[in-house]
Amino acid sequence: MRTLDLISMTGGAVRGQRMRSLLTGLGIAVGIAAVVLLTAIGEGIQRFVLNEFTQFGTNLLAITPGKTGTMGMSGAVVSNVRPLSLEDADAVRALPKVRAVVPMIQGNAAVEHASRSRRTMVLGVNGEVPQVWQMHAALGRFLPQDPPRRARAYAVLGSKLRDELFGTRTPLGERIRIGGESYRVIGVMASKGQMLGFDLDDTVFIPVARAMAMFDRESLMEIDLLYTPGVRADRIAREVHTVMLRRHGEEDFTITTQDQMLDVLGSVLDVLTMAVGALGGISLLVGGVGILTIMTIAVKERTAEIGLLRALGARRRQVLSLFLAEAVLLAVLGGVAGLVVGAGGAWLLGWLIPALPTHLAWDFTLLALVVAAAIGTLAGVVPALQAARLDPVTALRDE
Amino acid sequence: MIELQAVERRFQVGDEIVHGLRGVSLSIADGDYLSIMGPSGSGKSTLLNILGLLDRPDAGHYRLEGTETTTQDEEARAGLRQHHIGFVFQAFHLIPRLTAAQNIALPMTLAGVAPAQRERRVAEVLQAMGLSDRARHTPNQLSGGQRQRVAIGRAIVMQPQVLLADEPTGNLDQHSGGEVIKVLEQLNDQGITLIVVTHDPAIGARARRRIRMLDGAIESDQ
Repeated sequence: MRTLDLISMTGGAVRGQRMRSLLTGLGIAVGIAAVVLLTAIGEGIQRFVLNEFTQFGTNLLAITPGKTGTMGMSGAVVSNVRPLSLEDADAVRALPKVRAVVPMIQGNAAVEHASRSRRTMVLGVNGEVPQVWQMHAALGRFLPQDPPRRARAYAVLGSKLRDELFGTRTPLGERIRIGGESYRVIGVMASKGQMLGFDLDDTVFIPVARAMAMFDRESLMEIDLLYTPGVRADRIAREVHTVMLRRHGEEDFTITTQDQMLDVLGSVLDVLTMAVGALGGISLLVGGVGILTIMTIAVKERTAEIGLLRALGARRRQVLSLFLAEAVLLAVLGGVAGLVVGAGGAWLLGWLIPALPTHLAWDFTLLALVVAAAIGTLAGVVPALQAARLDPVTALRDE
Repeated sequence: MIELQAVERRFQVGDEIVHGLRGVSLSIADGDYLSIMGPSGSGKSTLLNILGLLDRPDAGHYRLEGTETTTQDEEARAGLRQHHIGFVFQAFHLIPRLTAAQNIALPMTLAGVAPAQRERRVAEVLQAMGLSDRARHTPNQLSGGQRQRVAIGRAIVMQPQVLLADEPTGNLDQHSGGEVIKVLEQLNDQGITLIVVTHDPAIGARARRRIRMLDGAIESDQ
């Protein structure tokens, strides 16, 4: 039998039961639409989240104290960890491809002005924050590039803290008290919004050495460094590692490049997208059961026809492929319809709710179509085998 | 040339074994015209199914055009059916969603004959059946007699040597039945071997050779 004839006979059988084929295809269409729509939302969220993270700039590398991994007698080891110091920060700054370095310590303290007081996050940093974290002052300027140990008592407010303490008045030049010490306000940051529960606007930035003294800590919490674009992250990481190892004598620090962070985040979000895709897959499975049901009924109804085909010389294999092709055609037609509906839905959703990012994941979409065809094949196999195994004499007697 | 030799066919019905055919021997020359008659359950249909290679004897031999068929597998027998045997059924067995022309073309479609060749042959057959103006009609737009003529067209489209008709007039009125018999007899005149199973004595009597069956055996052969 010619392939074209097979297709046209199959198409004729599907057209012959218009309403029934429509409803059967609808089952698969709903499944595919669900997969497409859900993965589009998943993919959109993934992009959104990654964007949130890269808003602090790329080409970043972070050094944190301690080594992740399993250690024996952790208590004893931790006490031997050398603190991450300002000197460490200076040492990595001396590396050729490093553009800027921010030593960072974070704590909580009361910030007071006039009669108002507010407990807020205090970030001890240096003047290189605008470059490294891609954050800029909306009013005044950021902390100056003072020598770390002799930094002047200046503070820069987050936008929300400014609103809380000063309202609409300009805070520039005003004196505030942080943890009991007096600071002069020299700038207000542009609003950055929240990230992972941190309100980045409810913050005050002060020089790092003063913050270390305020919180009575010898160690920095993190050193962030910005390297020249185009340099491979792992090369910089290796150089930083060498410098730090020479200074500390042992590996009591951890280096994380932003690529690694994004990788981890990306793989977590991939799993999320896959999970919602699988959720849509369940409805696809239900659609497959629909095809199985309809094909079983079709074989029962067309028993006499199968007998006739066999009498006319059709081989078992031909009967099998005719019914299998019918199941696959139903599934693929449903799949294409579902694809159109899903893609249209994703577009509509993006248009109606701009805050909810959607992005058509083409690989998932193609996969969904392949899965639809596969489900059609799987659902068609049992009824098609039933049809092929019919005894022609018995089948012909069926009215 | 059809040769049956001591053909046995048994069926299991519940606990009992029913003998459909008991030792039937029959040889039919090319171009012959046979009628097979007999009461219900006498084995007419079983004999026809075996002749048509739809069913396989439990014992005995069946040679078609010199080929021993009892040892062949289902694939080979399907091939023999395709090229050597045409079937006409009481219930027509037309496919309702196909046109008359498509129904007639079906055996060629299944055999993978090229569309151009198919169309030529189908046009010839439609002409011979007097259905040229009905080519694009579906079965439910045709009368009973026309439907059976489409079915006969389908049976002969592959130019088989043998035409098996199982109660071909059973679902037709007298007039259309007569027409259908006339078409079948014309085909026989052109050389095809015609075997008709019927209850109708008038139709049975028209055949050159008349076989009566009883209890799975040939009772008379005239």
